[in-house]
Amino acid sequence: MELILVVVIGLLYAAGIYMILRRSMVKLLLGIMLLGNGTNILIFLLGNITKGKPPVIDEDFSVFKDIYADPIPQALILTAIVISFGLTAFAIVLLKRVYALINTDDLDDLNTPEEEDL
Amino acid sequence: MIDNYILTPIFIHLFTAIIQLIFWRRTTTQRVISVLGSFMGLSAAIKLFAKVYDGPILTMNAGNWDAPFGIVFVADMLSTTLVLLTSIACLAVSIFSATGISRQRLRYGYFPIFHFLILGLHGAFLTGDIFNLYVYFEVIIISSFVLMTLGGRKAQLEGAVKYMAMNILASTFFLTGIGILYGITGSLNMADLALKIPNVKDQTLVGITSSFFIIGFGIKSAVFPLYFWLPSSYHTPPSAVAATFGGLLTKVGIYAMFRVFSLIFIPSPFAKTLLMTLAILTILTGAFGAITKTNIRRLFSYLIVCHIGFMVGGLAMFSKVALMGAVFYLIHDIIVKTNLFLIAGLIRQLRGSMDMIKIGGLYKDYPKISLLIGLVLFSLVGIPPLSGFWPKIFLIQDAFSLHQYAFIGAVIIGSFVTLYVIAKMWSEVFWKKQQESSDLEDKFLPLPLYKKILLVSPIVLLAATTLYIGLNAEAIVRVSDKIATEMLDTRPYIRAVLGK
Repeated sequence: MELILVVVIGLLYAAGIYMILRRSMVKLLLGIMLLGNGTNILIFLLGNITKGKPPVIDEDFSVFKDIYADPIPQALILTAIVISFGLTAFAIVLLKRVYALINTDDLDDLNTPEEEDL
Repeated sequence: MIDNYILTPIFIHLFTAIIQLIFWRRTTTQRVISVLGSFMGLSAAIKLFAKVYDGPILTMNAGNWDAPFGIVFVADMLSTTLVLLTSIACLAVSIFSATGISRQRLRYGYFPIFHFLILGLHGAFLTGDIFNLYVYFEVIIISSFVLMTLGGRKAQLEGAVKYMAMNILASTFFLTGIGILYGITGSLNMADLALKIPNVKDQTLVGITSSFFIIGFGIKSAVFPLYFWLPSSYHTPPSAVAATFGGLLTKVGIYAMFRVFSLIFIPSPFAKTLLMTLAILTILTGAFGAITKTNIRRLFSYLIVCHIGFMVGGLAMFSKVALMGAVFYLIHDIIVKTNLFLIAGLIRQLRGSMDMIKIGGLYKDYPKISLLIGLVLFSLVGIPPLSGFWPKIFLIQDAFSLHQYAFIGAVIIGSFVTLYVIAKMWSEVFWKKQQESSDLEDKFLPLPLYKKILLVSPIVLLAATTLYIGLNAEAIVRVSDKIATEMLDTRPYIRAVLGK
């Protein structure tokens, strides 16, 4: 399980960085999303995955008697997912507006000379 | 010592923003609430500063969960000083925005978002939990995205794409670092991490983790070679927004670097060399970039990059005097850089353009305002006894004793180029004769008196603060001395948070 996750994380990071380095705006967006997912799985993996041991104390005891899955990484991932959801939503709208304005998907064309405003 | 007062500055801006949301579209009401809220925020920050300056480090455990299990807020000297400076800059920008931001932008929620941004800044300075720091960074960047794109002009949106992509990338790196850090230590509390990091068996892994933080904070604070997004986006939004960004946002990156690399990772010789190289290259590239620019705001953007290097260099030397210099420079830089972009906005009002070649003759038409601007420009360059001069003494003095001659050279070249570009700007904008045929118009003259006062008074406020920092340098040195001592000896911080 861990080994698969390690490979997946590597692939997501590599694909994300590759996509960000492309010139297309859509690919930039995809790259950002892939990187974010890679990070989430990385946090999940580094929280020491424990199978079938939920962090719930048995009714008869007052402390844990056995090893248990660490709930914190999942709380962190949840927060990170919510944040990246908001950022991605914003990014999609922004890129759509830019596309509507300059009518191209190429990041190298984002060089309108100075327009002045207050 | 536990004191719930720490959260007051955060809450004031939260409630200011929420109340403004109720008055959506009532722009005049929003203006009044914003200035009032900023004023209250400033008084709360002053009180917090006074408490921490005379007393112990204050902490606050969220939900009464003891550290290191819950989220903890910590107000030590570094945090409170930055909260105070942010509040001063916030008040100035808020007054300036009342006339400097067009009505259309105000109608789409400029002020509430601005206060959410300040809330994020305060939170980032005060939190003692590294994941919470990440969350506040996200509050900051999402607010800054909105401020940057508000108005929706072409150049603005194009700048925002670069800004957005680099900032999200920086956050991803930062989050990766946090993930690995949690994996190797099992803690997120910064004080707890400080105790656990030296006990980690595999110190190479610690070094690699710290590089994620260098990259993440490096992008935020615009360090070479990660700064290219800054000059290509900071000249696009309205000047009041650019002032907030230029004065405060890059400094959060610097703050995070100061915090993480003094508390969690004590810089190894390799990290010091790396930071020093980055600092020198940042100063040089920023300075040389500034030489060729003729647009005032683009020029100031490169100066931001150039001067970031001074602070990173101070951190890289990691000795008491150098840190004092870096902290003093940070204090000076927040106020002056905010003021510079407000000045750029004022010049645009006075002349209708920010292109140095096109405009001129300001000194003849507005001698008093020109002298005020001249004061700020002089303190940016560092003419003694103004505020930019003192930190450089500390930096150069300690660079000599640590044999960092390349850094001394970079500081001198950086200061000299700053002097050159500012002198060039002065002669072009203020002394040169205005071209007869130019179609530019003065938008300042027809304004009613109270609007003129609203535009000039924030610059006066910040200039007075700069003057205070320069003339009363002894007090600022005492503050920087306290901060540098705290950064080198983190035991009081850890004791305050963990109680051991």
